[in-house]
Order: sequence, then structure tokens, then C-alpha cells
Amino acid sequence: MLQRDLHARGQATMDRVVQDRVQRVCTESGDRPPAELAKSLEADQMKTIAYPSGSLMGDWKRGESIAQNGRGLQWTDKPGDTAGGSCYNCHQLSPREASFGTLGPSLRQFGKLRGNGEEIQRYVYGKIYNAKAYNLCSQMPRLGFSGTLSEEQIKDLVALLLDADSPVNQ
Amino acid sequence: MASTAFCNSLPAQDAKREIQRYQQMIAEGSPVELFELQGEELWKKPQGPKNVSLEQCDLGLGAGVVKGAYARLPRYFNDADRVMDLESRLLHCMMTLQGRKREEAALQVFGNDDHPSEMELLSAYIAGQSRGARMSPGTTHPKEKKSYELGRRLFFHRAGAWDFSCASCHGEEGKRIRMQELPVLYKPEHARPVMATWPAYRVSNSQFKTLQWRLNDCYRQMRMPEPNFASELTVALTMFLTATGKDEPYRGPGTKR
Repeated sequence: MLQRDLHARGQATMDRVVQDRVQRVCTESGDRPPAELAKSLEADQMKTIAYPSGSLMGDWKRGESIAQNGRGLQWTDKPGDTAGGSCYNCHQLSPREASFGTLGPSLRQFGKLRGNGEEIQRYVYGKIYNAKAYNLCSQMPRLGFSGTLSEEQIKDLVALLLDADSPVNQ
Repeated sequence: MASTAFCNSLPAQDAKREIQRYQQMIAEGSPVELFELQGEELWKKPQGPKNVSLEQCDLGLGAGVVKGAYARLPRYFNDADRVMDLESRLLHCMMTLQGRKREEAALQVFGNDDHPSEMELLSAYIAGQSRGARMSPGTTHPKEKKSYELGRRLFFHRAGAWDFSCASCHGEEGKRIRMQELPVLYKPEHARPVMATWPAYRVSNSQFKTLQWRLNDCYRQMRMPEPNFASELTVALTMFLTATGKDEPYRGPGTKR
């Protein structure tokens, strides 16, 4: 029915209509999957996260503009254009941006409260890359896994959250 | 983006009051009635190979009855043996009464900066003729029940590049995208004021927009492919939302940000 009543437009191709296992399990369970199943699928999702070698901290200034940018992967977006993370659509981040959404938790002072050691860097990178590895039916997109953001962009967002100089931590 | 209108230290309460004031302001200066008048002209204009107007179109209350018809949609139509919303019914009448081909009649269903579409103007007129009427879509015919059920399932169906369903944004109370508050559209108290004010004039792009355009724009932002116009999918979602928000007196066409 979805195959019949939708059509590809621009980069929004029909393969997107086909649910993967995560989407199917979350739809069928109303986002409340049985614990055992959730654990095993989260482990599968964890394996999709490709960690770059070296530091995971990029440039928080570039991270801020990625967080502001809500474009990417829509049929109105030019294929090949750099996408954003749409972060401010759902999260509070820098105190300088008053127009922030509340679908996700506030990330104000995220790094100030948690430090910026290797472990938290890996967590933030992984969470942005594939949020479903940590909470199977999270409403947050899998920004690395879906090909929305590049490795470099995710590193810049890690810096936005964790760098001591980032406005997020002021 | 609206963000520039708010200074950093503005407390949330003040921001909310500012938004309410802004909404009232745009409603007062709305050109909705101009679109209604243009729509009425179009309704009465002979067109198509048969060179007849749409005036004899049966919107559900009998041929030619426009008053109160929008408030009773979507509903099952015997002659088409399917559930139809306003736009799919208009398309049906363009094809059957005016003898127009589907491809031609549905060529440009959403207008642009320069030209509103036929569907938009006709929607403005017909919806305006239901002001004050209680929203009561068909809910008794088996196909109406099936349409509602399909719409409900679509609302919670997660798919696309970003794993979204309608409920990803419209599923929890008290949430916003940026400064935009989000109605929880499967709850009657949230669906009522929304469904009673579409179609609507949008101030941000000075265009009159239909409900199908609104659904389309959600699919675009969900990173999904585009819904087919007047398809079972768009009618089912419209049915689910309208039936959820039923019994509210229609007070559109509305004016939106």
C-alpha cells in the first residue's frame, strides 16, 4: 500500500519506505519492544558504529553551524549538498540560541557536567552516529548510519557538546 | 527563522505571550476571504471538454449543495465506491462532470508564489461554506471504518531515512520543534482546533494551503518519498485526524504562521 501510494521524488527514493528490523519492531510494539529483543537489536546497531581513529573531538564552531542546519535528505534538498544535524529542532544547546525544540532533552552544559574524557567522547560519537544502539526505539535519527552526517561532522558535534570552550558548556 | 524575534533573556512565558499576540495579529490581517471569493468564481466557471462548471458536483449532501458539506468529509461515496476527502472528491468531479483527464486536473495541485492552484482556491471556498458546522466525517460505513483504521496505523508507522512516524513529532504533550508547539494529533483535544482550521492561509509564504499540502510537507520533513495526491493513504490520514478531532465547529479557513 505504501509502495502504491507514495512515489520517489528527488533523493527521497522508494527504498526508504521499506522498514528495517528496528523500524518494524518499534512500530509493532508501539515503541515498547520486549526487553530481550531490544537488547539484542541494540547490540546489532552498536556494531554499525564506525569509530574513526585518533581524537573524536572536532571543531565546536563548525559543530554549532551543523547543529543549526535543519536541511538534508528531504526531496527539496539538493543531492550532494552538505546536510545538517537538525539538533536545535529538538535540543537546547548554546545559551545564545533561544529558538530550540524540546522533543529531546536539554544538552545545556553537557560537557561541563560530564567532562570530556575518552569514554564520554565515544558515547557522544556513538549516540549521534546511531541512537538506536543505546535506546532501540529512540525518536532520534541515526545520523551517521543513515548517511546524513559525515565522520568529520559528527566529530564537530562531539566538540560542540564536550569542548570546554563551547558555548554549550558556558 | 523566527528566532531573531526573541532576545536571549526572554523568559518562556513572555515568548509564549509574544507568539499569541503575533498569531492574533496575523489572523486579523488575513486575506482568506479573497481566496474564498476566487474559489467561488472557479467553482462556477465552465471548464474542461464538457465546458461545464462544478456547481452540480455532489460533495456528499446532494448535487450542488456546498453549505456544510466540508464538515461532513471525508466520507464514503457510493458512486465512486470509496472514501473521499475534499480534494479527491473535487478531482472526481473534475473528471466526471467536466470530462477532464486526471493527469491534467491533478497536474498542479499545489500552487506556487505566483499562482494558487485550482485545488487551493476551491478548498478555500468550499471549506468557508462550512463555518459554524460541526465537523462530522463519516464513521459508520465499513469502508469509512477501514479508512480510519488505516490512517491510525499510518500515523504510528515508523519508516524513512530518519525512522520517523507522525507520532515522532505529534505524539507527546508539551513538546516543540524550535519555537513551534506541536499538537498531539491522536488526542481529540489537540486534533480539534487543528482540524477545524485547515485548509489555511500561511503568512510565512503568503500562500493558501490545503490539508493535503500539509500532510505532504510532513512527509517531506520525515525524509519520506512523496504521497500520491488523492490516494488512499492521504485520505486515510485525513480521515483519522478529522475523526479524532470531530465535533468541533469548523472555523476555518485558518491563518497559520
